[in-house]
Parts: sequence; C-alpha cells; structure tokens
Amino acid sequence: MFGLKSECVLKVDEEFHDLEEYQGRVARWCPGCGDNGILAATQRLCRDEQLPPEKTVFVSGIGCAARFPHYMGTYGFHGLHGRALPTAQGVKIRRPDLKVFVNMGDGDCCSIGTAHWIHAVRMNMNMVAMLHDNNIYGLTKNQVSPTTPKGMTTATTPHGSVLREMNPLTATLGITNVSFVAQAVEWVPDLLYQVIRAAYQHKGFAFVRILQRCPHFMPTLFDSLLSNPDNIMVLDSDDGVKLSEATAKVYKTREPHDTADLNLAREVAGTEGKVPVGILYRNASVPCYDELRKPARLHTPEQARTVLDRAFDRFGIFPGASGTRHGTGDETDRRTDA
Amino acid sequence: MSSSKSTEARHQSPDVVSMHGARTQRISEHIVEIISDSGEGAQTAGQMFATVSAKMGNGVWTVEIIPAEIEPPARSIEGASGNRIRLCSGAVTNAGDAADVIIALNEQVLIGREAAGEFKQGAHILLENKWAQNKISNIVTAYNDAVGNFKAKGYRVHEIPMEEECRKFVDNPLRGKNIFVVGILSYIYSRDLDIARQEIAKKFKKKGEAIIESNLSLLDAGYHWAQHNLDLHFEIDSPGVTEPQVVMNGNAALALGTVASGMEVCAMYPITPATSASHFLSEIFEEVGGVVHQAEDEIAACAFAIGASYAGKCAVTITSGPGMALKTELMGLSVMGEIPLVLVDVQRGGPSTGLPTKVEQGDLLAAMFGVPGDAPKIIMAPATIEDCFYSIITARKIAETFRTLVVVLTDANLATGQQAFPRPAFKEEWLAPPVDQSPVPAGANPYDWDAATGLSVRRLPGQANGMFTLTGLAHTRQGTVAYGPGVNQEGCRHRSLKLAAFQKTLKTPEVFGDPEGDLLIVGWGSTRGAIEEAVMRTRADGLDVSSLHLKFLQPMASGIREILHRYKRVMTVEINYSDSLDDEIIDDDNRRYANLAWLLRARYLVDIDCWSNVHGQPMKPGAIESMIRSRLQ
Repeated sequence: MFGLKSECVLKVDEEFHDLEEYQGRVARWCPGCGDNGILAATQRLCRDEQLPPEKTVFVSGIGCAARFPHYMGTYGFHGLHGRALPTAQGVKIRRPDLKVFVNMGDGDCCSIGTAHWIHAVRMNMNMVAMLHDNNIYGLTKNQVSPTTPKGMTTATTPHGSVLREMNPLTATLGITNVSFVAQAVEWVPDLLYQVIRAAYQHKGFAFVRILQRCPHFMPTLFDSLLSNPDNIMVLDSDDGVKLSEATAKVYKTREPHDTADLNLAREVAGTEGKVPVGILYRNASVPCYDELRKPARLHTPEQARTVLDRAFDRFGIFPGASGTRHGTGDETDRRTDA
Repeated sequence: MSSSKSTEARHQSPDVVSMHGARTQRISEHIVEIISDSGEGAQTAGQMFATVSAKMGNGVWTVEIIPAEIEPPARSIEGASGNRIRLCSGAVTNAGDAADVIIALNEQVLIGREAAGEFKQGAHILLENKWAQNKISNIVTAYNDAVGNFKAKGYRVHEIPMEEECRKFVDNPLRGKNIFVVGILSYIYSRDLDIARQEIAKKFKKKGEAIIESNLSLLDAGYHWAQHNLDLHFEIDSPGVTEPQVVMNGNAALALGTVASGMEVCAMYPITPATSASHFLSEIFEEVGGVVHQAEDEIAACAFAIGASYAGKCAVTITSGPGMALKTELMGLSVMGEIPLVLVDVQRGGPSTGLPTKVEQGDLLAAMFGVPGDAPKIIMAPATIEDCFYSIITARKIAETFRTLVVVLTDANLATGQQAFPRPAFKEEWLAPPVDQSPVPAGANPYDWDAATGLSVRRLPGQANGMFTLTGLAHTRQGTVAYGPGVNQEGCRHRSLKLAAFQKTLKTPEVFGDPEGDLLIVGWGSTRGAIEEAVMRTRADGLDVSSLHLKFLQPMASGIREILHRYKRVMTVEINYSDSLDDEIIDDDNRRYANLAWLLRARYLVDIDCWSNVHGQPMKPGAIESMIRSRLQ
C-alpha cells in the first residue's frame, strides 16, 4: 500500500477514540436543560479532535453547569463556587500537554468569580472557558443572577429585579489581552459546535458565552429568540462560523463582521434587541501567560543542587581565615558560568 | 551644647588611644540596636554588623524593627526603623532581652523603644547630635528635652556629630551615614575590619568602584572617630567559624526550603510579613524550573496551587493570617479531594488586619478548626530559622505521601530575624518524585482507602485508564458524588485515619531539663529559644523547671500525656491572647486560654495554665524568667 507499513494502519485504528469514550456518567440535568446540548457538542468536539481522554481536563466550579466534568469521560475537577478559573490555571501552568476546558454558570463566572474572570482574560492562558448563561441561579433554586434581565421575578426579587442585567461579552471585550470572544445559543447545535471548535483551536484564552435554557426556572426566557429566529444575528466573516444549509435557512439575519476588529466586536457585543452569535473577536497573537512563564530549564536534581549551592554561597560563612573565601557575587558568577 | 563641646575636647586629647585600652571590657554577650527614620539605612547597617559578627564566629540573632508605613514621617516615634542584634560569644537561640548599646540617627525614634522597655538600665545611647543646631527651634527643644530625659533616667548618652564627620568624606552625608555607624560599632566591638570591608564591597558591588571607595572611607572614618572620641570598647570571644554556615532570615529559609523540596509552583498574594519569602523565591525559582505566581487574590492563589497540585507535583501557597482566612474554603477542598498542598502561614498580630509587621502565634486554632466541617490536616511549626528550611521539605513529603493539606505556621519573628545555622548539604531525596504518568492498573479506584490507615494512591491527569472527576462533594471510593448515609461517614473516617497513621510515625519530643519536677513549660514555634534560655537561667538558681517544645501540633506525638503527668504544674507560654485571672470577672468558668493551652487541656485532661501576651514582640527570655520565678514562689 504505497509503502505504508501495515502495523501503522492497525495502530491508528486502535487509538481512535469514539464518542462513547468521552461520555462519563449519565447526565442528571432537568429534562430540556440546555446543558445537555452543550455536553453533546463538547463530546463531539473531543471526538473530532481526537483528544486523548487522559490528557483532557474539564474544570468547573459549583452550580448546575459545574456538574459538566462528571458527564465527560476525561479527567475532571469539580471544585468550588467561583474558583474554576484559577484552579484551571494551576492545572495548566506546568502541564502544557493537558487540554483544559472550564465550565461555569453565570453565578460562577459573573458573580462570585468575577475577579478571576477578569484576570483569566488578562492572563490569556491556553484553555477554553464556557459560560453556561441561563440568567438564573438554578441549583440553589431560582435566585437573581447578574445576567437576569431587569424586572424578572425570582425567589430573591419577588417584585422584579431592579438592576439592569450585565453583558458578559462587553465586559470580556473590555479587558486587556482579550484574545477570543464568541457567543452561541445551545439550541442551534450546528452553530454551537462550530463556535466551541473554533474556541478549542484558538491559541490563548477562548471565552464562549452560551445562552442556555433553564426550562425549570426560566421557561419563557428565550421565547423571543426561539419563536423568531430573526432576532438571532449571525456574524458573517471569512474566518467565522459556516452555517449548514438547513441552519442558514432558519437564521436569516446576517451581519458582516471582522473578527480582527476589537472596536467592532465591542459594538456588536452591545447590540440591543438582537443577539449576536458567532465569533466576535479573535487575536491569536496575544501572549499567553503559560508560555511566558514556561520553565526555561528542566527541573533536575543537579540543577536544584546548583541553585541551592549558589544561594548558600550568597548567605554563606566559611571556615578559615576571614577574607580567604567568602560568598561574593564574583565567585558565584564564575560558578554559574562553569 | 556642652556635650558636643566635651566631645570636641576629647577629640583633641592626645592620650585617648592609651586611655581606651584600659577601659576595654570583656563581655560574653550584648544587644545592640541601630535605629533611624525609615530609609536611612539602619537596617542595612544592622545586617552588615550582624553578618560581620557571624563571620567572626559569634552567635548572632537579629530582629528587624519595622514601621507599618513605607515612608512614615521623619523624626517620628512610630517611624522607628532598624535592626536589633544580639551578639554572643557562643550559640544564640533567641533575640534576648533589653539593649546594651543603642545607636540612633535622631532622638525621636528612641522614645517609643525606650518606653516599650527595650533598653537596659544604664544602656549606652549613641546619638546623632546635628539636631541640636537645627534652624527650627522646636527640633532643638525636642532634641534637648529627649537627651535630658534619657540622662535623667540613667542612660549614658554619647552625642556624636555623625553627619558633620561624614561630610568630610562625602558630599551627601545622608547616604552613607549608616556605614559610618558600622564603623563606630566595629571599633566598639573590636570587629574585623577586613570582613567589614568585604561586606561593603559585596553590598555596593552593583553601584561601582566609586561608591565602594566612599563607603570604605566612611567605615574607616567611623572606626577612627570612635577610637579617638569614645571610651566605649568591648571585647567578645569570637571563636571563628569551623564549619560552613549560612546566615539568613526565616522567609529566605522558607524560599530555599521550597526549592529544596522539589516543588515547582508557589502561588501567592502579597501580604506582610510573608511576602519577602516570595521575593527571594522569585529571584531564584525559575532557574530550577519553578514559577512564583502572584495571583489576583488570596483565594485565587490557593486555587492555583491546588490546581497545580492536582495535575502534578505538590504546590505551595505562602500567606499570613488574613490570607489564610480567605483560603479557608479551599483548604477544605484540599482535604476533601485529598489534593496535597503546603500552606505556609507567616503569622502576624490579629485579629482582622491587626499588627501587620508584628509577631503573634494567634493562628493555631484557626489553622486547626477554621475550615467548616471535619477537615483533618497536618499542622507543624518550625522553632528556628534553620527549621523553616527543613520544615518545607518535610511538609511537601508529608503532603504527597498522605494526600493531604499541611499547614506550616511560622511567624514574623522567624520571618525577619536572622540566624546562622550549619550549611545544609543537599540530598536528592528531598526532591519531589517525577509526576507519575504510568497507566492506572485495572480495577483501581481514585480513592482506594486502606482500611487501616486511610491512605490511597494519588492519581494524576495523564495517567491512562485513570479518568475520574475530583469533587469537593461527598464521594465514594470511585470518586462518584453520593449522599448516602454511609458515604460521608466513610470518607471522613478515612481522611481522619490518615492523621492517626501519620501520628504513629512521630517521635515523642524531648524534654529540656528534668523528666519530672515542679513546673513544665510547653511552647511551640518561634518561642523555643527564649523559653529554653529562661528555663536554663532559672534552673541555674535551683528552680525545678523544665520545658517541652512541640513541632507537630496536629497530630501530636505519643508520649506527651505521660510527660505532662510527671510535673506538679504545667503551663504554656505563647504569643497570643489569653484571659488573666487577675481580671475581676475572669474565673475558671469563663477564662479563655492561649491556643496551645486549649488544645492540651482538651486532649490530655490536665489542668494546664498559660501565660501569654499580644504585645507584638518576640517573647523575651527575661520576661519568661520572671514569670517562672513568680509562679514558683
């Protein structure tokens, strides 16, 4: 077969990871919960990208969305409310071989973990962060979230919420070093898959906000989008998502876009009345903290000994006549060179 | 000024050299304090004097005197900044009592120190006298009043024209006056000038030859001025150095311990007095492949360390009390998920923001009980600066072996004090093993708790067949979330058993003194040297007192119960708050005890007393000594 060794063919075959390998425990979200669609798209992405399950880590905080890692067949870290991002950064800092994904709800990301969100964007470490935004606290049962539309009644705002909802897209696009921002809705699988895949392929911190239905507490929240797909504004650009023919027939509101234009992205993110979906901004040239801080040297026992000895020299007091030998900088410099 | 005139007179006296020889006093130890406004270099001078002395083979212990502000107002009582050096012919284990010689660049910085009882009765005060000629009359008055007061209290005040003398050698005497001070002290304590010159060359190496030369001339100037004008001259046995040593503060020791432990990630957020450990670590860590990550807050720092630990070698986070409070929830996660973590708390005065730059041992109970729910963890406290180095190595090893959180409690006293100790000889076994990436055997679970010890094998991302989701929720051996009645009981039991298993490895601590007697003093952490010195002094007078120092506070070694029962009275000495029975409404039913006393009372059912304070100062051996004497009367 054109010189291809047969054992290679067999090996490729053996190592193929099928979809089942990325499936963990049976998801226990409510029937109709949008998280199910996000899970399916993510598992498909892992399969299509052939991510080794043992080299893939899903990190989450606390909330409905944060159960995500349990339903993946990869490694997972279901940690503390709001702290998914710094935990994921720690996972990544000395493990460039690991593919890291973060799944957060709107409470996790935009409320209790806000400081981490801002700094994660600025640090721009290689990972995909998915914001499952259902505009409500689900797991604690129906409290107002920072993204809950103004006027909504919730358990803690029985007369309607009084503050305007925050816009996670404009917030993210305002942060120094932002390198990838996209938005999707979980009920358009084609679009969702493409957005997540683009996020995965991005070098840097890829932030994806996914509008997600909560049929239990917010059953009518996205009615205007579901009943009138024209309210969804698909961003069109050469390097953007490519809708399938079937999807394109439904979502006819198209907006020409330039993903390299940060000001345009900010403008689009702030669009009132319509929901922009697709890739808003992408800049692969922003430096990544994990690469800036990657070790210049290997950690070896010999190197540890050298560094310690040099430090001990610096603080050192040596026996014998004073002045014959002492820890001057000169001496240590020579030693380094040697 | 009469005194400056008399200085002048002595300066011209031809027989001063022969005179001072006769006045040389032999001493076995002294405490010297150098204080100034912040930024005048008193700390540098103190460190230099201490290093020179250590290199001559003297026992040395230094304490930094640090104002809370970076640039407090000049000539202010609370702005005192400097260094206190305890200098001994033999080994020294603590900061000692009151100062014998104080050298100050203005009179105001002396006032607070004196009022706090830091100066010995009749101590020598060497004071810059330029303030007597100041254009502002208030300053002149303040200076004269203070000098008058000090003299009236019996201090021997030597007014010295420091700036005037320095001006003969440099254009700007404000820079370099501290080296003139080192020169004065070098004469007074018969220091080896060659070593002092080397220290100057080393200190100013980066600033160039000209700066080194001018500082060398100031050193000589100070020395000669003192030789010709002061009748103050001491000789102290300086045995020389026979074994290689290192001299550093506790935070530098923590940083070097981190390198020596093989850990590769330190995540932190700036907080006094812990931060300098990260400063030094930042300088050297990358050379050994490590990273110091300054996170956006204390919580993120701890989460980052936990994430790194989950995916690789154990990581460390270094903080102080308020920072540890913020990390509390993550400490619980480390325990629950059995993720190794070393958390260093360089304790400062509390509660709340408290006394940021001052020492306290007030976080023991917070470390032990601060996490909601049952969160067993290992707590250890280094007693010396040398111990700070080795404790990190030990803590890393324990954390990984027992899949647990190890809290290391040091304090501001250790963090900023400097002490010489034998140069450690690097051992490869100190380092963390490489990250295990071997496939997980079939049938193994992420929490295969050993029935007897609770121990299980760590599992790291990258290990094939080992995929699981770590969770802070109650979980089974398989790592699955489960809320059944038996599940949490099982998990808690196994995590608790690990502490018992670790406890079986601990040796009974040794008593300092006699195996039985009238009084046993129990301490922990940085107070060891002071307690043992006080015990030694009182035992020399025939008092039947001994002491016991605990390094592991949780779990505590076997054999302590038996020790406690062999003394008529047992008490702890600690730097934290406890109620005193001298207060009218305090009695046995409402008295709140010092941290360790609570723990010992609860565990050993012994009626343990305590003596503690929150003055924010290292415990002085003299204070402990008088307490012992009064208790045993």
